[in-house]
Amino acid sequence: MTAMPRGSTAAPLLDVEGLTKRFGGLIAAKDITFQIRAGEILGLIGPNGSGKSTVMQLIMGLHRPNAGAVRVLGTNVAGWAPHRIARQGVGIVFQHSRPLHRQTVLENIMLGLLPDKLLKLAANRHVRERAREIAARVGLENVLNRKPGTLAFADLRRMELAKAIARDPRVVLVDEPFAGLTAGEVDAFAQLIADFRSDGRAVLLVDHNVKSIAALADRVFAMYLGERIAEGTAAEVTRDPTVRRVYLGGGIEVASRPARAAVSTPLLQVEDVSVLYGKAQALDRVSIHVDEGEFVSVVGLNGAGKTTLFNAISGLVPYQGSIRWNAADLRGRSPAAIARGGVVQCPETRELFGDMSVRENLDLAGQHLSVAQAAEQLEWLYELFPRLRDRHAQAARTMSGGEQQMLAIARSLMMRPKLLILDEPTLGLAPVILEQISNALERLRNSTPITVLLGEQNVTFALPHADRIYVMEHARIVWEGEPSRFAAEAAATYL
Amino acid sequence: MWIALVLLAVLLTLPLWASAYILGVLTVACYFGVFAMSWDLLFGFANEVNFGPTFLIGTGAYTAGLLNAHGVPMWVCLIAGAAGALVGGVVLAVPALRLTGPYFGLTTLVAVLLLQQFIIIFAGTTGGEIGLTMNDILSMDATTNYWYALTFMAVSGAILLTLSRSPVGLILQASGQDRIGAAALGFNVVKHKLAAFCVSAVFSGLAGAMLVFYLGTASVGTVVDVAVGVQVIIAAVLGGRRTIVGAAIGAIFLILAGELLRPLGQLSTFVVSAVALVVILFFVDGLMGLLGRRREES
Repeated sequence: MTAMPRGSTAAPLLDVEGLTKRFGGLIAAKDITFQIRAGEILGLIGPNGSGKSTVMQLIMGLHRPNAGAVRVLGTNVAGWAPHRIARQGVGIVFQHSRPLHRQTVLENIMLGLLPDKLLKLAANRHVRERAREIAARVGLENVLNRKPGTLAFADLRRMELAKAIARDPRVVLVDEPFAGLTAGEVDAFAQLIADFRSDGRAVLLVDHNVKSIAALADRVFAMYLGERIAEGTAAEVTRDPTVRRVYLGGGIEVASRPARAAVSTPLLQVEDVSVLYGKAQALDRVSIHVDEGEFVSVVGLNGAGKTTLFNAISGLVPYQGSIRWNAADLRGRSPAAIARGGVVQCPETRELFGDMSVRENLDLAGQHLSVAQAAEQLEWLYELFPRLRDRHAQAARTMSGGEQQMLAIARSLMMRPKLLILDEPTLGLAPVILEQISNALERLRNSTPITVLLGEQNVTFALPHADRIYVMEHARIVWEGEPSRFAAEAAATYL
Repeated sequence: MWIALVLLAVLLTLPLWASAYILGVLTVACYFGVFAMSWDLLFGFANEVNFGPTFLIGTGAYTAGLLNAHGVPMWVCLIAGAAGALVGGVVLAVPALRLTGPYFGLTTLVAVLLLQQFIIIFAGTTGGEIGLTMNDILSMDATTNYWYALTFMAVSGAILLTLSRSPVGLILQASGQDRIGAAALGFNVVKHKLAAFCVSAVFSGLAGAMLVFYLGTASVGTVVDVAVGVQVIIAAVLGGRRTIVGAAIGAIFLILAGELLRPLGQLSTFVVSAVALVVILFFVDGLMGLLGRRREES
């Protein structure tokens, strides 16, 4: 079933076999096996937390695998230090560039050409020449003497590409090749990556979904929760039932609530909000609204801009546009004032106090309540999440991922929010835990007048509870509608 | 670069008009300049905060001092001081560089306290808190001493500056700023940081040894105490991180300011510290950053 690429008779340049990595109790990669031959591009895809980045890091030696082999040109490099793996012929193009800011673009590229020697007091003459050639190849010839800080975002990524090429790696790992690029830039980068193929390198592209890399990849390897779920051509993987279930949910369920009376003023009104991170457009004129008592889900892949949108609402990042809460402008209010005003965010990263117990974490959030109120709220939360009552004396850090997520949600609820913003509560959690959290959210929705804004890449989780859905892609809202219409209208944009 | 040359020119003409007292102050400042430049190689380029510059300085100074007390000739003691600091530095850095984040800094801080306690406990040999008197001194003449110190600072500065701007310096900066990125380009990050630590140790140790031969005594208060280390750090940060030259300027500024404000008594330390604090808080790039900014604007 695997498509045979050109030159498939040659020995693979990269041969990954039975690669396994555990972080504590979490299995981030389980028995992963694939090969990439010279002149072949393999796409490694999976939703956030699927383990695709872990696999890439294991190949580069940034983590040490628990089991399995990584053979580069026939030599097993599993467990080697990254710099030795690099010298064996593996290069990586990082998603985020961290260039040397005081040096010019040319000097940054030259860095990749230097040998790892301590007595290198003067660079060889050919190094500068070679750096110029590489710069010209990736399209940086006009900015050679500028400092990285003055470059456009796409040029910074070109520079990362140039640094990787400089070492002439046989195997190139590219992390999210097109993140943050405009459509025109995407074409240029696709061409640069296609050039790797014609150079006879083995290329691993790591990304979230098939769509983004379909045009480039000879084969696609899909992962979910650390395991292989599908492998084949882009078209085959897109058709694969497991892949469709992971990305779109198996038969999307919709539980509608009784219709609510139309409200004149929305509780939260976000209008034309844009956010720039340095030079990358993280939000592009986004407008959403949430009515009182409504459950709204914002779905989108990692990097689409969900977290940035929530951080703008919580006052954590500067933005253009307006955000109104109960018709009052939130601009200029501190994050703390916004939280006290009733907008409470439960962040993706959870931000628990790891060394404090469950009870202490909750008590801390209830500081501004009276003793009686706090006790009442605590009792209610323990009913919502019985697991937390059992674990009340345990340090937060020692709990499982699912329990920590419950605690994070409970801690947000302890502050008695009017609007609860939940960012990716399902990140990296096993299905059984998802169900428990899903049930708790359903009880929350049915038993309280709380308003919820949920950000998710897991559509199966986001849809059942929602009254309304927004789909985000590349920093924009691309679709808005009822959950019942999602499968027919928006699912295609998602794979 | 031109700043360094202007400064050097001014320092070269000083013996023509300045008093022996001022030359004496500047002699100490020159040795401090080397301490600070060595420290900047670690902080500015390898991106490692060494809270214990005086571990290296003190090891160099006391190695030289103890040998001299046993009748070893001065030039051998100077070499031994640099070698002693190198050995001490390697013994400290090899395990410490495996740690990341603030733990490296904490290890270096503890090392200073250990050295200090060691000197006090073995007071019979080391002179303890009273200090160690040298058999030899560099020179009795203030001008000669000044020339020694100035030449030493200029040569050290030139070597460190060249090193920092060479390809190895580039790799060192990459290793400091992005450990993973540098390793992915095939560079052994620990090797480069260790090498930087060794260079820093040799210059710190040699400067420490020369300072005690200038002063004629080695004491905890002048070459080991944490407060001395803090002064070195302030000098380097004040002058401007990642510039080498800035560190020397910072050291001279700090020592001169301390001397000029001496009439204020206890208050002088306070004023100097406050000025340093303001510079660090509001001009992160230090004095060199201020000069650089004006140049970019014009």
